[in-house]
Amino acid sequence: MQHDVLIVGAGHGGAQVAVTLRQRGYTGGIALIGDEPELPYERPPLTKDYLSGAKPFERILIRPAAFWQARGVTLLPGRRVVAVDAAAHTVTTAGGEVFGYGQLVWAAGGRARRLACSGGDLAGVHTVRTRADADALRAELPAVERVVVIGGGYVGLEAAAVLRAAGKPVVLLEQADRVLGRVAGEALSRFYEDEHRAQGVDLRLGAQVQDVVGDGRRVTGVRLADGALIPAQMVVVGIGITPAVEPLLAAGAEGGDGVVVDAFCRTSLPDIRAIGDCALHANAYAAGRRTRLESVQNANDMAITVAKALTGAAEPYHAVPWFWSNQYDLKLQTVGLSAGHDAAVLRGDPAARSFSIVYFRAGRVVALDCVNAIRDYTQGRALVEGGARCDPAAVADVSVPLKDLAAAA
Amino acid sequence: MPIITVVSRDGTGRAVEMDTGTTLMEGLRDHGFDEVLAMCGGCCSCATCHVYVEPASTATEEEDELLALSAHRRDTSRLSCQITLTPDHDGLRVEIPPED
Repeated sequence: MQHDVLIVGAGHGGAQVAVTLRQRGYTGGIALIGDEPELPYERPPLTKDYLSGAKPFERILIRPAAFWQARGVTLLPGRRVVAVDAAAHTVTTAGGEVFGYGQLVWAAGGRARRLACSGGDLAGVHTVRTRADADALRAELPAVERVVVIGGGYVGLEAAAVLRAAGKPVVLLEQADRVLGRVAGEALSRFYEDEHRAQGVDLRLGAQVQDVVGDGRRVTGVRLADGALIPAQMVVVGIGITPAVEPLLAAGAEGGDGVVVDAFCRTSLPDIRAIGDCALHANAYAAGRRTRLESVQNANDMAITVAKALTGAAEPYHAVPWFWSNQYDLKLQTVGLSAGHDAAVLRGDPAARSFSIVYFRAGRVVALDCVNAIRDYTQGRALVEGGARCDPAAVADVSVPLKDLAAAA
Repeated sequence: MPIITVVSRDGTGRAVEMDTGTTLMEGLRDHGFDEVLAMCGGCCSCATCHVYVEPASTATEEEDELLALSAHRRDTSRLSCQITLTPDHDGLRVEIPPED
């Protein structure tokens, strides 16, 4: 089968490319290949409202089934692309099907990393990346007395919050000396560590997992490098993703940890673009450093960049990064990228459960992490977009609205 | 179930029946109004499901802050994810604002 635009990956990014192409009047053939059996759905609720049961699957569909048919988008679920032939303009699936394309959009995201240690594949050891993952976890949960969560990133912390709300004893293991070390400053890490402990999570930092032990079938515990054995009937692993780009790299695309794209999301191969979690791009908000962003914002905005380019209105990708995480009654919203900051200012009182952290690099505001502080989030966005130079003392003064600083900068 | 008139960016209007108990954002999405991005999926963390509603209704405090992100805010602005539909919404007129 031949498609004018073939999108590989049916997550947020892939779906949004198809939606925006049609919205912009594109009339060519569009097909969306995904390796999961489902219609495109939202991933963030998998560790929040879907995991807790607050939202059924139908409510996290990106669009209802009838939408795709009405828009003439061919859905090709349950197919994993294993090879790309850039010269012939074809892809091959694991099942041996071959699809031709005019333009290829690679939106395959990433696969949840699994534990490399012994026992990492025992029954009862879960990642949370797909609906199937979340369903498996939920199905087992009633029979589980105690859960170990491995990894103190957003996935691990959000899962821990849902599991605590479900009344399960939770031990959370983080190998670094703080949670959220890859994405946030230390003050935010400490706040979330305190919060999870206050909610009853047995949170252990600097914890090195030796192996996962079982009874031959199911997990029975996690052993640490110091010999301690933590009993558990379930292990949730949130240790990041591996970008799903092997077929592109094998086809000759430039890349490594992801596939390199330019400001228009073009890979180094002709007629192949890449977006979302797997796209290694020079981000304007990371001082032009090449980075991958694992967020709905990045997936959606890159999708729009591609759809515009494919409909004759190319504009470089320049969206400000934003992200959210809901844990317990805490609503975290971030704008900008704090990695590489050289100063951080606390604004507000963490004890009051409403505060922000404003990050600076070379005197300019580069990011904010806002906890139950939506006004700082919305007003601080302009500071990040403008790379504002602000007086740190003024930023720390909660009586001064951030919009006043934006106006003065 | 309430019948709601939705006016897209190109000015065309369409009356659709939406389910009660779900949000206006979900109703717009499920009826194919693609201009509503609703990036955060309806958890009041962005402002990409912004709409104008008549009759006007009061935004929550949190919503009010997020609406400040839009350059096209009006007195009738709401985040559609924060409106849970009831039979009383019958006759509501919804307009999709210009793109931010």
